[in-house]
Amino acid sequence: MSRYLGARNHANYWAFVVHRVSGVLLAAFLPVHFWVLGWALHGQAALQSFLSWTDNPWAKLGEGGLALLLAAHLAGGLRVLMIEALPWHDRQKSAVALSAGLSLFVALAFLLRAF
Amino acid sequence: MSARVQTWLWIVQRASALVLAVVVAIHLATMVYVIHGGLSAGQILARTRGSVAWLVVYGSFVTAAAVHAPIGLRPVLSEWSPLPPRAIDATALIFALLLAVLGWRAVLGLYV
Amino acid sequence: MGTADTLDVAIWRGAREGEYVTYSVPARANQTVLDVVTYVQRHLEPTLAYRFACRVGVCGSCAMSVNGVPRWTCRTHIDKVAKDRRLRVGPLRNLPVIKDLTTDMRPFFRKWQRAQGYFRAGQGRRDGFARVRPDSEARRQADAGIECINCAVCYAACDVVAWNQDYLGPAALNRAWTLINDCRDGAANERLRAVAGDAGCHACHSHQSCVEYCPMELNPTAAIAGLKRAVLKRTLKGAL
Repeated sequence: MSRYLGARNHANYWAFVVHRVSGVLLAAFLPVHFWVLGWALHGQAALQSFLSWTDNPWAKLGEGGLALLLAAHLAGGLRVLMIEALPWHDRQKSAVALSAGLSLFVALAFLLRAF
Repeated sequence: MSARVQTWLWIVQRASALVLAVVVAIHLATMVYVIHGGLSAGQILARTRGSVAWLVVYGSFVTAAAVHAPIGLRPVLSEWSPLPPRAIDATALIFALLLAVLGWRAVLGLYV
Repeated sequence: MGTADTLDVAIWRGAREGEYVTYSVPARANQTVLDVVTYVQRHLEPTLAYRFACRVGVCGSCAMSVNGVPRWTCRTHIDKVAKDRRLRVGPLRNLPVIKDLTTDMRPFFRKWQRAQGYFRAGQGRRDGFARVRPDSEARRQADAGIECINCAVCYAACDVVAWNQDYLGPAALNRAWTLINDCRDGAANERLRAVAGDAGCHACHSHQSCVEYCPMELNPTAAIAGLKRAVLKRTLKGAL
């Protein structure tokens, strides 16, 4: 694969990689997320005992990372939807850069408020 | 799997993406807002219990995610794993059911 | 590493199995990669197999992989690719190798056929002339893609082609799109059925390597997006 990185070293390829990797990581996270929240069925105390595990800086950092993944995946998805649904426009590299910036902004906003 | 069924999977994937675009934006904005000062079970349940608006948004979220993620995983498995097509489709279906069951369990647990 | 007067050119020798063999070639003021490969075959290694025809950038026969990037070697100046006087030339990716730099183009053209990349008349000689407005949206879409000369650079650049053996590829799908937009063609529904699904337009992830490297500056990604929209519309109408 590395031999052909030269041919792949352009913005839309990296946008795809971010979109795919973030999607896979989110897909792995979702069942865990649902399972934890499902403890609410057993009452507030049960849910709280789970959530108290997350009351530490590492968990908050992880949550910020998840926010980044979600924002990045959304941005990448909007890129795909725009390409597929709208008439072609050549300024896509700027769109890719803009969406990367926005995702980062969202994640940083989360972290700022979390700490 | 015929090209027609694959086309419909693509259509459903894009449709669920549109739903998710809306609810994910809501979810991210909400999370950024509420995370300030930490989030306890009591605080979560205070917002979600009995809230029809919450039920509609997050019920849609879970349903759309249970459709979007498994269909999205199919090309990943097909292109980047050695699994044969039947195994990929079976994995996707099982994953969809897992997300739907766990997801709705969580939604109902937080609403009721 | 070459000297001031020579280039070190690593060239693929063999078929699927083989190795890169390095040749030392005199550096000249103005040469293309094709010039260099030709020099090797004429003066150093007569058994080297490679393709070319026009030598002037209109036929697409000389497409090869230069430092991992698919390009027309007759239109690639050494200055652009041999920064430290060395370069690597191999056969196009994603195609079986016959020998050295020569690939078997049959899979490429078979996929062209599978995508129904050929005209099928919708009318006969008694139906009168077709009136095609050159400024209509459909004709402009078609015109944007018809200059394809089947050089397979996009096919070699495409990662989905590399990852998915059945994927029809950017060139075949681009051609299908030009025909969908040709008002004289009568087989639109069948062609859309042929290009839909996991082996067709829906497998494209819009990496746009095809757009980056097409020497004719075509845009297969846009064509494939058009096919996705056309398939969607007709599927929802129940026409497919």
